[in-house]
Amino acid sequence: MARTKVIEIEPLTRVEGHGKVSIHLDDNNNVKDARLHIVEFRGFERFIKGRPFWEVPVIVQRLCGICPVSHQLAAAKAMDIIVGAKKLTPTAEKMRRLMNYGQIFQSHVLHFFHLCSPDLLFGFDADPKVRNIFGIIKKMPDLAVQGVMMRKYGQEIIKATSGKKIHGTGAVPGGINKNLSIKERDGFLKDIAKMKEWSLGALALARNYTLEHMEMIQDFAAFNSNHLSLVREDGALDLYHGNLRAIDAEGNAIFNQVDYRNYNDYIMEEVRSWSYNKFPFIKSRGQNDGWYRVGPLSRMNTVDFIDVPESRKAHEEFKALTNGKPNNMSLAYHWARMIEVVYCIEKIEQLLHDPDLQGDDLLVKGDRAEEGIGLVEAPRGTLFHHYRVNEQDQVTYCNLIVSSTNNNEAMNRAVTKVAHDHISGNPTITEGMLNHVEVAVRAYDPCLSCATHALGQMPLTGELYDAEGTLLERKSRTI
Amino acid sequence: MKSDFPKILLIGYGNPARCDDGLGPALAAKLEATSIQGLTIESDYQLTVEDAHDVSRHDIVIFADAALEVKEPFSFYEIMPQSPVSFSTHSVTPEAVLSFAQNIFRSRVRAYMLGIRGYEFNRFGERLSEKAESNLEKAFVFIEQMSRASWTGLLKRNILETR
Repeated sequence: MARTKVIEIEPLTRVEGHGKVSIHLDDNNNVKDARLHIVEFRGFERFIKGRPFWEVPVIVQRLCGICPVSHQLAAAKAMDIIVGAKKLTPTAEKMRRLMNYGQIFQSHVLHFFHLCSPDLLFGFDADPKVRNIFGIIKKMPDLAVQGVMMRKYGQEIIKATSGKKIHGTGAVPGGINKNLSIKERDGFLKDIAKMKEWSLGALALARNYTLEHMEMIQDFAAFNSNHLSLVREDGALDLYHGNLRAIDAEGNAIFNQVDYRNYNDYIMEEVRSWSYNKFPFIKSRGQNDGWYRVGPLSRMNTVDFIDVPESRKAHEEFKALTNGKPNNMSLAYHWARMIEVVYCIEKIEQLLHDPDLQGDDLLVKGDRAEEGIGLVEAPRGTLFHHYRVNEQDQVTYCNLIVSSTNNNEAMNRAVTKVAHDHISGNPTITEGMLNHVEVAVRAYDPCLSCATHALGQMPLTGELYDAEGTLLERKSRTI
Repeated sequence: MKSDFPKILLIGYGNPARCDDGLGPALAAKLEATSIQGLTIESDYQLTVEDAHDVSRHDIVIFADAALEVKEPFSFYEIMPQSPVSFSTHSVTPEAVLSFAQNIFRSRVRAYMLGIRGYEFNRFGERLSEKAESNLEKAFVFIEQMSRASWTGLLKRNILETR
C-alpha cells in the first residue's frame, strides 16, 4: 500500500498572523499535494449579528490588529448605504481616502522593509541568523530607520484621520467625525519630501531586484491566473472606491465596471473540507477556472493607468515588462507593492494641499435601507463587507470576503509549485526548504490573523509524519 | 528646566475583544484617566516596530500585557533587548522592540515587563473575567504607587518582590 508522509510548517514566519503549510509526499518523496491553512473569520461574522449597525465600523476593527482601517472603511461604506448617504461630503470622502492611503502606505512599508527584505537582500537560503530584520539593521542601518519612520508616518496619518490608533472612530455611517486640523496637516507636510524620497528609493530597490533576478522570478511560484480589483470609472487605480474589474491571464476582460453591490452575481464562495477558509471564484468561469488573485500585483494588472506622475511612470515600466499583458509572477508582488507606496505618498501629498480636509460638513443622511455592501482595496487586496439590518437597527446578516481569502487558491498554488520545485525528492526538512515555501506565501503578504496572543506562545515547528501518523522528524524554534 | 521625574512610557497591549487578552489596554485606559506626572500611556493591539521610536525617547518603558503563566496577580521584571530570529507584527516581543530601539536609535532605555495574570483568551467578548479584573486593580495600584514615589528607586526593590 502506498504510504503518504506529511510535512507541516507551523506557524509560518514573517507573515501577519498564524497559519501552517502541510506538504504531502508519496513513497518516492515526490510532492503529491501542498496546502496552506488559514484561520477564518466565520466566528466573527456570527459575532456581529445582533449588534447595532452604527457600532459596526468600530467593532469590525477587532477582526485583527493588522488592517483595522480597511475593515473600518469597508464597513462604513456599507453603512453609508444603510443610512441613505448616497454621496459623502468632500471633506468626509477625502478624510477617508487619506486614512486609506495612510493604512496602505504603512502596511506595504512594514511588509517590504521588515518582513520580506531579508529574503531579497540576503537570499532565500542565507543563514537565518543573518536573514532577518536585525541582519538588515546591521548591514543597511539607513534602510531600517527608513522602514520604521515611514511606518510611523502612515500610523500617524491613521491616528489623525481615525481619531486614535486603537478602535478608531473616524469613519461613521454617512461620513466622518473629524476633519484634519491645520496643525496636523502642517506636521505631515513637514516630512512629506523625505517620505517621497524614501518611497522612491524603496521602489528602485524592488524594481532592480525584480529585473536583476528575472530568470528566477519568471519561474518561482509563477502561474497564470485571473485578476480582480476595483478600478475607477476611467480605468485608473483607485484604492477607496470604484467598480469591479476582472481580467484573465491574457488580459481579456471577464467583467468590467461592475457595481460592487452586485458582487453576488459575479463571485461565489466554495468551502472545502480541509480548510476553514473559503475559496472564492468568478461564477462565469466556474470553480476550476474562476479563481483569481487580488492585491498589488492584480491592481497593477487590472488598471489602465495611474493618475499621479511618479507612480504612473513606474506602472508603465511595470506593464512594459510583460508587453502590456498581465504579470503572473508571484514575486512581482514586491515591485507592485512599492509602486503603490509611491502612489499613496503622492496621493497623501495631493490631499494635504486640499482645503476640503479642513471643512466642517462631515455627515449626510438619506432614506434608510436594509442592506449595505461596502468594498475597498485593502493593502492585501479587495475587501468585501456585506450586511443586512432590521428595523431595530440590529445586524441580521454579515458576510465578509477578506483579501487573503480572495488569494486563498493562488497562495495554495504558489505553495504547491514551490514544494514541487524545491522539495520533491528531498524528505529532510531544512530551514532553507521551509523558507522557500514561506517566501512564496510572503509574496502575497497574507494576513493570517487570529487576533489573540499571550506571552510565550509562538513555537515554529516543522514535523514529518509517516502515513500511520508516526512522527519521523521535528524541528522547532520559539519566535 | 529639566524635570526631576524620569520620562516613563507604559504601553498596554492586547486585544480587548478577546476577553482577558485586553488586560494591557484596560490598564492603559485606567492609567490614562489618572493624570500622572512623567507617565506617558500608549495602547495598541500588539507591539509594532515603530514603538521602538517612542521607546527610544523615554528613560524607562513598561510593557503591560496579559499573561498566562505567571503568579497572581501579576509579574514585574526587568527585560533586556533581544533580537529574535523572526517576527511578524503579530509577534513583536518587548525584547525585540528594545532591540530595535537600541540598534536603530541607539537607545539605552531601561525596560520592565508587567504581565497581568489572565484566564480567558479563546473567545470573543469585551469583558474581563472576575479574577482578571481583580489582578488588573492590583496592577493599577502598583503602577500608581510607583508613580507617586521616586520611580527609579522603587523599581529596583519591586523587581525583587514581584518577579
